[in-house]
Amino acid sequence: MYPEYLQASLKKVAEKRDYNTALQPERMSAEDKKVLLEQFHPDYRKDQFEELKVGQNKGESVNVELAQTLQGHARLSADDVDLEHPDYDTDILIIGGGGAGCAAAIEADKAGAKVLICTKLRLGDANTMMAEGGIQAATKPGDSPAQHFLDAYGGGHYAAKKDLLYKLVTEGPEAIQWLNDLGVEFDKDSEGNMVTIHGGGTSRKRMHAAKDYTGAEIMRTLRDEVECRQIPVINYNAALEIIQDEYGRAAGAVTLNTNTKELIVIRAKAVIIATGGAGRLHYQKFPTSNHYGATADGLVLAYHCGAKLLYPDTLQYHPTGAAYPAQILGALVTEKVRGLGAKMVNVEGEVFVHPLETRDVAAAAVIRECNFNKKGIEIAGGGQGVWLDTPMIEKIHGEGTIMSKIPGMFRMFDKYGIDMRKEPIIIYPTLHYQNGGIDIDDDCEVIGVPNLFAAGEVVGGIHGRNRLMGNSLLDVIVFGRDVGIAAAERAKRTATPKNLNLDHIAAFEKELEDAGVETTALAPKLFPNYRQARNYLDTPFTDNSQVSIKAVK
Amino acid sequence: MSSTKNVTIYLYGKKYSVPETLTIIKAIEYCGYEMTSGIGCRHGFCGACSVIYRIPDDHQLHYCLACETLVQDNMYIATLPFFPVAHPVYDVDKVDASQQIMMQLYPEIYSCVSCRSCSNACPRGLDVMGYVHDCQNGDFKAAAEKSFDCVMCHICASRCPASISQPEVAMLARRLYGKYVAPEAQHLVQRVDEVKRGTLLKDVQNLMEMSDEQLQQLYNSREIEK
Repeated sequence: MYPEYLQASLKKVAEKRDYNTALQPERMSAEDKKVLLEQFHPDYRKDQFEELKVGQNKGESVNVELAQTLQGHARLSADDVDLEHPDYDTDILIIGGGGAGCAAAIEADKAGAKVLICTKLRLGDANTMMAEGGIQAATKPGDSPAQHFLDAYGGGHYAAKKDLLYKLVTEGPEAIQWLNDLGVEFDKDSEGNMVTIHGGGTSRKRMHAAKDYTGAEIMRTLRDEVECRQIPVINYNAALEIIQDEYGRAAGAVTLNTNTKELIVIRAKAVIIATGGAGRLHYQKFPTSNHYGATADGLVLAYHCGAKLLYPDTLQYHPTGAAYPAQILGALVTEKVRGLGAKMVNVEGEVFVHPLETRDVAAAAVIRECNFNKKGIEIAGGGQGVWLDTPMIEKIHGEGTIMSKIPGMFRMFDKYGIDMRKEPIIIYPTLHYQNGGIDIDDDCEVIGVPNLFAAGEVVGGIHGRNRLMGNSLLDVIVFGRDVGIAAAERAKRTATPKNLNLDHIAAFEKELEDAGVETTALAPKLFPNYRQARNYLDTPFTDNSQVSIKAVK
Repeated sequence: MSSTKNVTIYLYGKKYSVPETLTIIKAIEYCGYEMTSGIGCRHGFCGACSVIYRIPDDHQLHYCLACETLVQDNMYIATLPFFPVAHPVYDVDKVDASQQIMMQLYPEIYSCVSCRSCSNACPRGLDVMGYVHDCQNGDFKAAAEKSFDCVMCHICASRCPASISQPEVAMLARRLYGKYVAPEAQHLVQRVDEVKRGTLLKDVQNLMEMSDEQLQQLYNSREIEK
């Protein structure tokens, strides 16, 4: 049940529901999209960006919050640890226990390598767990890897690294099979055909799903497999710096036991960074759909030892984050809701955008509707949004569809007394995905740092400047597997690293000093600071610049 | 939100006053704690933030996920960041979907006393006892369905007098169902085979040779499947 002040608008939405359900809104032209993005997408808000003064991306502009963490001080100096007597010795160190990290661990273990996973929280505490809608792959007869390539390349604004995208689309079907063989329970019809639907920007129905728990189902299965293989995992252990050997090759990491605050030295012949994204940096004060641990740590680890980031300026704001009630502000409302036919409508009950535009376009359209056209819903206590008319789903597909296809969404809103089968929900864009990231080559090796590998959201280039729904789950599986195999191969040909050092820390600090960067920030950030952040917690997002965060150091 | 009331809560026995609109997680942070364990997705999908609480004069203990539960007046809160469950090791390629596998790996499920403590405590409202019974009978399809929304918070396991690790049992059932019981997807088998034979790769390579202008044209004139 919604409060009284929303009832008038709700009535309009209900009255126009039949008309809006049947409506086939036009898709925007390429030119219209371009103008819309430039005017309203947060990536184009130059006042929110800052030029980097150090590192491989010196001279490029990124969001202020990312600049702060990329140019923060290291959390330790070389003198703080004894690298000659490591606490752990392994072939492959995997930093991060999400989808990419676990997929890598399984493949590296299969290849006979000795693997160690080190994770800041627990195995499976990751954005993969929260990917709801689905995983793309061209597995159906009317579809092809080429069609998938075209959708992803165009949707990413012709900026993807073609070699990486080639791997994504051509290894996609096998990735689905690999998951199926591990026991992932994909939605299938009675004959075994996988149920596939559209996602934003797809030209074929290639979104495979496990209800609206697709990522969770994949993640828990991978975690179970890692446990079955008895691959060692160190939980609650955050990586602080990559260790290098005498030739500058990655040779392990210094990590922090977040409970005891001890520094733990891990030596490895190859290191994989699989730390995921950065939503918890709250770029431009946006709420986020991301996991608590998504604080760009992997970008910092790589940047400190000389890696380059590709497209670090481009973020994905998911058009449909929960905007009401405040308790679930920013939580993801899966794109599957729109895939099933629910349209976004404004306070007057009017459809203002095609439901399956790409995410950046849809998000910009919502921001325009609220901030410029002034047809958003004003939420008491601050914040705004538009309706996502979920009852349309059952009008189109019949009663019971919501419970069978998107039970997770139903639960999330039902907790707060909103029955999305009967009433629409309120949404506003939420910070969702880091399109850019560490620049890697075809073998997932970080360019410029030998024996350092990366996979998953921390990597840039696969999706260009905008990722399509369902391509990130595919990305973590395809490249997670590939990086596990590549790192195992490398470890086989690498002797135990010698003369371990952290020389890059002093070099980076000197660079900061020379560039005149003055900061008290420490990097990696590790955890968002929500302690006594009372304004932030109580006040939903209103405008990019209006929410003040009162955080205690 | 400016006119909200405060309520009293107790974290690990210590008294705090917090706005009544906060979830338990946000209330803990509001009180100045930095969460480094017992926290995850914050949106009800990962099961990392299990909490036990008690309200004075209420004889029941309560269980919930801290990220999706609002504080109440006089809540005595303890977090449950880790619970020691059993996870026997198996090779998913070498087991089969038979009742025997449950007997071998999780014999304790046959000690279920049908007290329903697991189902009653489940923050997802799942029929936990029901799926344990399905597993006893080797009905993995039913168990997979009943347990699908499980977030593996392990609250059920903490309540079980028979020391059953219900989420782990369900995990095995779902993997067996997904791999062995659900019918195979023929289109997938065919497509993987086509890719392995290299049939479809040339088309992608051709696209890669094209200029961005050519690709732009192709992209903008794509036919969209209805």
